[in-house]
Amino acid sequence: MQNPYLPYPVRIDEITTETEDKNLKTFRLVFINPGDEEKFSYKSGQFAELSLAGKGEIPIGIASSPTEKGYVTFTVNKVGLVTSCLHSMKAGDIMGLRGPLGNSYPWDILEGKNIVIIGGGFAFTTLRSSIVYMLDPAHRSKFKDIHVIYGARSPGMLLYRDELSAWEARDDINMHITVDGTEDPNWKYNVGFVPTITEQKAPPGNADTYAIICGPPIMIKFTQPVLDKLGYCHDNIIMSLEMRMKCGIGICGRCNIGKEFVCKDGPVFTLARLNEMPKEY
Amino acid sequence: MKVIKINKENWAGGLEKSKGSYRLFGPVKNNELHEFKQLDKEELPDCDYFNTRLSPKSIIYPQSETMFEFSLDENREDHHILKEIDTDYSPRAIIGIRPCDAAAFLLVKRNFSTPEYKDSYWLNAYETTTFIGLACGNPHDTCFCTTTGCGPFNEEGLDLLLVDAGDCYFAKTITSKGENFLRAAGWDAGTDVETVCEQIKTMKQEAEAKITSFVATDKLKDKKTTDLFDAPFWEETAFACINCGACTYACPTCWCFDIQDEVSGYSGIRIRNWDSCMYPLFTLHGSGHNPRSTNMQRVRQRFMHKLKYYPDRYGEGILCVGCGRCIRLCSVNIDIRRVCDLMNSYEVQVTSD
Repeated sequence: MQNPYLPYPVRIDEITTETEDKNLKTFRLVFINPGDEEKFSYKSGQFAELSLAGKGEIPIGIASSPTEKGYVTFTVNKVGLVTSCLHSMKAGDIMGLRGPLGNSYPWDILEGKNIVIIGGGFAFTTLRSSIVYMLDPAHRSKFKDIHVIYGARSPGMLLYRDELSAWEARDDINMHITVDGTEDPNWKYNVGFVPTITEQKAPPGNADTYAIICGPPIMIKFTQPVLDKLGYCHDNIIMSLEMRMKCGIGICGRCNIGKEFVCKDGPVFTLARLNEMPKEY
Repeated sequence: MKVIKINKENWAGGLEKSKGSYRLFGPVKNNELHEFKQLDKEELPDCDYFNTRLSPKSIIYPQSETMFEFSLDENREDHHILKEIDTDYSPRAIIGIRPCDAAAFLLVKRNFSTPEYKDSYWLNAYETTTFIGLACGNPHDTCFCTTTGCGPFNEEGLDLLLVDAGDCYFAKTITSKGENFLRAAGWDAGTDVETVCEQIKTMKQEAEAKITSFVATDKLKDKKTTDLFDAPFWEETAFACINCGACTYACPTCWCFDIQDEVSGYSGIRIRNWDSCMYPLFTLHGSGHNPRSTNMQRVRQRFMHKLKYYPDRYGEGILCVGCGRCIRLCSVNIDIRRVCDLMNSYEVQVTSD
């Protein structure tokens, strides 16, 4: 019987500090055993448990795209015991990776549709995965217009800044980057909160347009009325939730909302489904 | 189906013989209370008991269980890599388990063995265990198993059912695992099956009649989850609860766990420990946010899980076998039977303006 709690051994290949407060780092992990990468076959929107021997495990969204081969990346905010230890590790160190876990964004439904990605703060990781996946030459033609509304507190708090610039330069993706505020005179993008920019830039809702939202609760709270106003039906609003997790496979019992386990039945739910669930998240 | 008669003078000898093939677990009296433990050589289970204070779930699912081991010594090639540990999964038999507690394992199995994931620790322990039940002739007034889909002579989840008939036990075989155990114990005295079955049937009816406490669960399925969740009775229900968690630790159907690492010097283990939805840390996010930060939310979670979420998730009955432990142990007299009735009879009040 296969043990679903046993992590794959991985090596930290590269660590990138993403933000000016140095609280967010991206870890590029490579599998130690040949064959494990193939077993770790994932879709954008899934997560995994990062496992540090002696410290424990944390559930983190996968930031790399399935189209990026040879490694898996995770962008981790320094918060508690495991993430603090992870932030003090160096390239070459050995750790574990367990997954992929959870459902993903509903790619079968999203094909052939306009996609509006709305992200805030450091919740942009699985959205980055999704953008890289959709922009891949093998996949771009499967999607219609792509809009990305992404906000952070300040320019220095945006993740993946080099990639954001590269996407800005493309004509097959509409980028709407914003910051809450900045004193940088050279800032050439938007200033304003995500809900405001969404109202100004997002295309109107219709059957062919899906919004994927990932961000802090306050952003979600104020973006939802905007999407309602723009005519998005709740089946077309897709959200990814966070919960304290341990097993990641629907067994340990803590991450439920009603009868659903966020780790196994989620983390991705449509707003229509969330409306039928208890408001306990 | 086979029924064997075990004269009580052959009881100790048979059990001792079976220890050659099985590790035996049974109820023994520790101070004033019964508990399940592994039986040493010559040690007998005390089958003259009502039920144990804690359920026997720890035999399959230990309160603390080592999952992996690892070394942090960087001179070792496999440092920081988790390794599976050797666990003894040789055959075991639980002697004298009550039918309610055996049935509980079947409910819990749906959680540990899903189409997508199999919890190898739980399943290996469960599948290598033989369940020798002891029919319940004298239920307690907190027992309500007959309305939870169980009962004092319930056979589901058992491999063998023993019925105490004074100077002997009747042993009703339910599975081939049960038959194997009889063989290992050397018990093979046949009996007049028809007469004995009639006798067992009468005893069963008598035992069932002694259970006078019931729950109604028939309307739970059709209630809207969000209606029950928002029902007004939770504050009052939870008011006295001190979140001690005794109900969850004693419950045969509570399965929640935590995973922790422990290190001593360069060597470490990853263990899992029973956890409880009664504790705020159970759901506390790293950010400080907690979806179940209040006492009421945690009490609601426990009852909603047992009586609504679980039945809805699996399309089955409630996650409760009616053993009554949580009622007997609750220091503030919260009673699942009352909560179940509140939920089952709840109607949303339609207010007209």
